[in-house]
Amino acid sequence: MAGDALLTLDRVRVDYHSALGVVTALPDLSLTIRRGESYGIVGESGCGKSTLLMAILGYLGATGRVSRGRIDFDGIDVGTASREALARIRGRGISIVYQDPNAALNPTLTIGRQLVEVPMLHEGLDEAAARQKARRILSDVHLPDPDAVMARYPHQLSGGQKQRVVIAMALLANPKLLLLDEPTTGLDVTVEAAVLDLVNELREKYGTTLLYISHNLGVIAKVCDRVGVMYLGELVEEAPVRELFAHPRHPYTRRLLACVPRLDTDKHETSFLPIPGQPPALAARPPGCPFGPRCAGFEERCAAGPVPAEAAGDGHAVRCLRWREVDGFDAGANEAVRPAPVQPETVLEARDLSKVYALGNAFFGMGATRQLVANEDLTFDASKGEILAIVGESGSGKSTFARVLAGLQDASGGKLMVLGQDLSRLPAQRRTLEQLAAVQMVFQNPDATLNPSHTAGFSIGRALRKFGIAKSSRDVETQVHELFDMVRLSPELAHQKPGRLSGGQKQRVAIARAFAGDPALLVADEPVSALDVSVQAAIVNLLLQIQARKASTIVFISHDLALVRHLADRVVVMYLGRVMEMGPVKSIFAPPYHPYTEALLAAVPVPDPSVRQKHLRLQGEPPSPIDVPKGCRFAGRCPRRIGPECDATPPPLRDAGGGHFIECHIPIEDLRNAAPVLGPEG
Amino acid sequence: MSAATDKASTAVAAVPRKAPGLLRRLPTSRVAMVGLALILVWVVLALLAPFLPLDPPNKQDLMALANPLPSAKHWLGTDFKGRDILSRLIWGARTVLTVAPAAALCAYVVGCPLGLAAGYFGGWVDTVISRASDIILSFPIIILYVILIANIGPSVLNIVLAVTLTAAPGIARIVRGLTIEQRHLDYVAAAQLRRESALWIMFVELLPNCRGPLITDFCLRVGYTIITIGILGFLGLGLPPPDPDWGTMVKEGTAMISVRPHMSLFPAMAIVSLILGFNLLADGVRELSLRE
Repeated sequence: MAGDALLTLDRVRVDYHSALGVVTALPDLSLTIRRGESYGIVGESGCGKSTLLMAILGYLGATGRVSRGRIDFDGIDVGTASREALARIRGRGISIVYQDPNAALNPTLTIGRQLVEVPMLHEGLDEAAARQKARRILSDVHLPDPDAVMARYPHQLSGGQKQRVVIAMALLANPKLLLLDEPTTGLDVTVEAAVLDLVNELREKYGTTLLYISHNLGVIAKVCDRVGVMYLGELVEEAPVRELFAHPRHPYTRRLLACVPRLDTDKHETSFLPIPGQPPALAARPPGCPFGPRCAGFEERCAAGPVPAEAAGDGHAVRCLRWREVDGFDAGANEAVRPAPVQPETVLEARDLSKVYALGNAFFGMGATRQLVANEDLTFDASKGEILAIVGESGSGKSTFARVLAGLQDASGGKLMVLGQDLSRLPAQRRTLEQLAAVQMVFQNPDATLNPSHTAGFSIGRALRKFGIAKSSRDVETQVHELFDMVRLSPELAHQKPGRLSGGQKQRVAIARAFAGDPALLVADEPVSALDVSVQAAIVNLLLQIQARKASTIVFISHDLALVRHLADRVVVMYLGRVMEMGPVKSIFAPPYHPYTEALLAAVPVPDPSVRQKHLRLQGEPPSPIDVPKGCRFAGRCPRRIGPECDATPPPLRDAGGGHFIECHIPIEDLRNAAPVLGPEG
Repeated sequence: MSAATDKASTAVAAVPRKAPGLLRRLPTSRVAMVGLALILVWVVLALLAPFLPLDPPNKQDLMALANPLPSAKHWLGTDFKGRDILSRLIWGARTVLTVAPAAALCAYVVGCPLGLAAGYFGGWVDTVISRASDIILSFPIIILYVILIANIGPSVLNIVLAVTLTAAPGIARIVRGLTIEQRHLDYVAAAQLRRESALWIMFVELLPNCRGPLITDFCLRVGYTIITIGILGFLGLGLPPPDPDWGTMVKEGTAMISVRPHMSLFPAMAIVSLILGFNLLADGVRELSLRE
């Protein structure tokens, strides 16, 4: 067994030295990856995943050092290897694919130039041979027309294509070990699915060993044979992928899995079970089990000393003193928060709403002006107490709609009624204070949502004053504290600058701010997509609790179908500015599907390796929203395209019953016959 | 718990604390501290000038005319009129250290609002402000100074005016860039969604976040202004004689530079040391704000 190990880490300790002292990132890590294996490391931000990668590459920088243990790659000790040996390992032994392909490619050189230099440098091939090899690998990563791609610059490729180029570049060095550091995190779900297919395919073809790092359990379930779960620099559990998802033993793994939204349950049946507290700073590592302070089964002996790894099955190791009793103290599921009942009163009504940007040289008014259609003919409504989710990939126009609704932009046509008043042409500065307070927004990026120069409570206080809810400083003070209580934050944080708050805390403040004016309608534009999954779970629970109490309507913009399945009452699926399908949440996730929805569902990374998922991939990437096609927007990529009418005529809106509508040329009966995308194995 | 709440109760709606974290962390930057030390030496000397055992700056020591070189009586020697150079440098520092920061500050008072307006509103406001700035910035700056001062006459006020006119466009351009970077951030959108006025958004939401680059720029700009004042003095457009002015002192010494180099050298070194001080401080501040 040990003989076929490619990479062995033996009790590795990595420290960072800074002016503030020594911080231990990895206290004591042992890990073995066998040849040909695909090993996944999963963990939330700050758990030491990246440090581990850098340590393997011998690339910890000026401040980091492996202070104990041994990293052995293919018989070479990385820690003591000479500069030349390290260069050889990095060139031909280990390749890495980073998260952001934009940072990995040089924008001033053509793709060809950047690819060709890899074999020239590491294998000493001449340029013609290197070019030959690069062309072959580019076609292996399914980039059409390799010669054309090689002549282009990185900015001329899409994000998915760039990531394929980066993978090709990594493979050009014929690595024995390929490190993948969240390679699909910035990509749309359909593109992600195609890249993951590629990774699996290349692995079979080249027999490369993979170390795949991700925060996304669904992705890990798709590409890995064995999985290690990291928390605070320690590998708390390690098991074959099916075993881990079927029988997680460590309380952290179990909680992590309980925080992941699933496609088969929703808010009426269950709620997420967030992990209490926050991960401590690396400098304040608790003694003994790192998860101890947040664990439901914590006992004194857990903090007494390092917890040894125990075998919990074949190839299953867990670092928990109480793993045998874990079922007793760590309940697997949580009771549902009683969701807000949907009431008949209509709060939001969009009728043929459009937003068009005129492009081109408007100053001289010459030449045909081109149009970017961000939203076209949006028609749907939302009732009081309802959560309406709008899903779609980037460029679908869902954020544009959110901004029009909140008043940050005005619409170009159609009506947008909120509580009976048309707001489509009323940007925020022309709305009355009542209209403003009625529609408030929670933004995506926690780091930009609060002004870094002012305290966390500052903007809430301003909102309370502006909306005339609190007059005196004393009123403002009490109400800010009440709002902080509502979002489960200690009121003392109101006086802290955002720099001292975590991402989840900032998003809680943003939610408190949005609820300051007691809005009838809350627009949440991807409010949790930048957060770790355990934090996301807590924020979603909070949002549902507040909504249940206030009976507010929420327009929830998201690209995460599983999350939408969990919390939405009704779903609108958008593609290139148009509604493709809408209906009650359950009807969206079962046949009849719009072909686009079907493809989205087939692409979702499901955090359960035992689920069978229909294989359906979209070709290419969404076309540009400038000068959109006349017929169906989706025709160019549709796997179920039926004929020329798809390109020529706009599809009819078909009624599937029960408020479920699909915009497609295919008759509803045919769509109804589609097999479900997800099903149990067998 | 209640004590903590009480203590904090006054702060919620109050204006945020003025002292930025940047300045409190200044001691951790060695470069900044060296720069600050150089500046402080001159500040202390300038403040103490009336109490130091110095000759009055305009007093002529006719005995020293024969031998103007540094001596026990005149540590840095005397100038061509027999006046004590050390005393003139220290008294001259008082002028430089008030005029230069005051001029830079005036330039900020004019430049910041212009830059904020150009960056926040965009459109024709931006076009007008940016093109007007470009016109001023396209003049060779020294010639502009000479034309201005030669026409309105050399005085402290006029130097401040000239510096304001020439430096404000550069400041406006920096502030405009920083504003454009932030204008589309979510906290600005959040402010718009509670209908804050444009003035509020510009001065309360945006300007405080420009402070890092602006503090650096201010230090550099004070240094440039000292150069400017020196050049004006050297060109004979400095503060009216006989009051000591560093630039004028350099110029007066040039007539005898081959035989009595100290008459130009010491004032020039004074100028260099002070500019160096401000530049090092600027470097340190920049380094700190990058580390943030």
